Amino acid sequence: MPALITDGDRLAASAAESAHAPDTVPVAIRAEHLCKRFGTTVAVDDVSFEVARGEVVGFLGPNGAGKSTTLRMLTGVFPPSTGRASIAGYDVVRQPLEARRRLGYLPERTALYGDMPVASYLGFVAELKLVPVGDVARAVAAAMDAAGISHVAHRLVGNLSKGYRQRVGIAQALLGDPAVLILDEPTSGLDPEQVSDIRALIRGLGAERTVILSTHILTEVETVCSRVMVMNRGRILAVDEPAHLERRLRPYREIAVRVIGPEEAVLATLRHVPRVAQVVTRGRSPEGIDFVVCCPHESDVRREVAAAVVGRGFGLVEIRPVVMTLEEIFLSLVSEGSPVEPAEDDLPVAAGAGVAGR
Amino acid sequence: MRAVRAIARRELAAYFGSPTAYVLLTVYLVLSGYFFYSDVAFFVTFGAQILPTGLWRYVFLDFRLVTLLVLPLVTMRLFAEERKLGTIELLWTLPVKDVQLVLGKFLAAWCFLAVLVALAIVPFAVFYAFYAFDVGPPLAGVVGLLLLGTAFIACGIAASTLTENQVVAAMLTYGVLVFFWFMTWNEAVGSEKLIRVLLLFSLFDHFYNFAIGTIQVVDVAYFAVFVAFFLYASLRSLQSRAWRGVD
Repeated sequence: MPALITDGDRLAASAAESAHAPDTVPVAIRAEHLCKRFGTTVAVDDVSFEVARGEVVGFLGPNGAGKSTTLRMLTGVFPPSTGRASIAGYDVVRQPLEARRRLGYLPERTALYGDMPVASYLGFVAELKLVPVGDVARAVAAAMDAAGISHVAHRLVGNLSKGYRQRVGIAQALLGDPAVLILDEPTSGLDPEQVSDIRALIRGLGAERTVILSTHILTEVETVCSRVMVMNRGRILAVDEPAHLERRLRPYREIAVRVIGPEEAVLATLRHVPRVAQVVTRGRSPEGIDFVVCCPHESDVRREVAAAVVGRGFGLVEIRPVVMTLEEIFLSLVSEGSPVEPAEDDLPVAAGAGVAGR
Repeated sequence: MRAVRAIARRELAAYFGSPTAYVLLTVYLVLSGYFFYSDVAFFVTFGAQILPTGLWRYVFLDFRLVTLLVLPLVTMRLFAEERKLGTIELLWTLPVKDVQLVLGKFLAAWCFLAVLVALAIVPFAVFYAFYAFDVGPPLAGVVGLLLLGTAFIACGIAASTLTENQVVAAMLTYGVLVFFWFMTWNEAVGSEKLIRVLLLFSLFDHFYNFAIGTIQVVDVAYFAVFVAFFLYASLRSLQSRAWRGVD
C-alpha cells in the first residue's frame, strides 16, 4: 500500500533501517537457499544457515562435499546460481566490496607469493584491503604479531616451513581487522605440532570474531568450535552443537556395563531397573560380559543399575556412559544421507539410529 | 586507483626482483641495437634516400619484431602465475574489482613497455649526437611502437587469463598476434576486396604508417579498439569463474 505511507512512516522506516544497519546486525554470516551449479553438476544444493556474531562454527564434510564451493560463494569468489548470502549484513552479490571489507579468508590452497618477503606480502594485501595509507605498517605489524611471525618478517615467504606459511596466510586474513574469518582447511598438510599451534591460534581469534572453520578433521572441530555444520553431497545435513546432534541421532542415552555373572540372570536384572528401556549384550571378555543399557536422555540410571547388579551378588567391573564421538555423529549423518530435522521434543525415536558404538 | 597501483607495484617488483626482467631487457637491447646498426649501415652504403623512408622505416619495422618477441614473455605470467599459485582466489575475495585487477596488471606490463621503448630510443640519441636529424618522423615511430606494444600487452593479458600455464599463455599470444600480421599475406587466394578488408584488421599494416613517420587518426583508433577489445575479453574471461568454477 505505497499510497498510505506517510512521511512519518518513512522516517520511522529509515530509523528502523539504521538501527539494523549492516555491521550492527547480530547475524554475522547468513546464507539463504544457496545453490551452485556448474553445467549440469549441482555442487551446492539449497544451503541455508546463520552464524551469530562471535561464534566459531565448524564446517564438516568429506572431500568434495561442497564446503569450498559454499565458502567461495560467501567470500565472493563467484556468485551463487540462486539464493543469497550476506556478511555482516552486506549482500555478497549486491554489495560485494562492502561485504569483502569485513571478511578475512584463508583459501584452501594457501595463496602466497613465494618470491615476496613476509612483510611486503602483507603490506600488499593491506593495501588491497583498503587499510588507511598511514596505518598499513601498523596493521601489518599487528597481524604478524597475532600470527606469531614477527621474527620472520623479512624472510621470503617461499623459504618458510609449511606451518609458518600457514601462519602468514592467517596473518593475511587478519589484516583490515575483519569481523568475519573464513578459514578453509587451515591445518591440512601440517605436522602434529604445527596443527596444535594453529588450532590454539584459531581459538584465540574466535574470542573476538566470527569464524567459520572448514575441515574434514573432526578433532579440530571438537577442540575449537561451539557449533557444527555437517555437509555432504552439496547439502547441509545438520547445524547444531555436537551434544545436541548426539541426542538427535540416538534415541536413548547409553550406558556400558561390564558384569561378572550368568548372562541371562544379569540381563533380567538390568531389564527390571526402573526407566531402563532396553538392554543388549555387546560382548564377552575375560573380565566379564559387556552390556549396553539404554534409558531416556533426561534420566541417568547408573546408580540404580549399579545397585541392582551389586544387590544380586554379581560382580560389577565397570560402568560408564557411552559418549558418541563426533566421528560417529559424522559418519552416522553422512551415511544416513538425508538432513536431520530439528528435534521437536526431548525423546526423538528415530528408526534406524540404533545403538551407537559399532 | 590505489588498488591498481598496488597490483602494478607488486608485479613490477616481481619482474625486477628476478632475473626475468634483466634477461628480457638485455636481449631486447642487444637485438634492437644490432638492428639499428645494420639499418644505418644499409642506409649509408646504399643511401640516396631520405631518412624517414630510407632509415627510420626499417628501424621501426625491425623494432616491431623484437617487441613482438619480448612482450608476450612479459605478459604470460600476469594471470597464469596467479592461477598457478592460487593467489587469484585471494584476490577475488579482497575488496578489489576485476577491472582493477586487469588494469593493475596492464599498468605493470605497460611500465615494462615504457622501459623497453626508452631503451629503444638510446641508439637514436647516439645517432642524433652525430647528426641532428628532424625528430618528428622517428617520434611518430616511437608513438606507434608504444601503441603496438600496448596492443601486444592487451592480447597477452587476455591469453594469460585463460590458463595457469605460462608457456600456453605466451604461445597463444604469439599465435594471435602473428595471425593478425600474416593474414594479409594470402594475396594469391583472396580476392582484392577480401584483402582490402583484412588490411583494415591487420595489426602491422596499421603500424606501418607510424614507421614512415605519420600519425593517422584511423591507425590510433584501430589500436584503441584492439586494446579495448582484449582488455574487455580479459575481464569477461576472469568473470567466467561464475559458471566455470575455480579449479
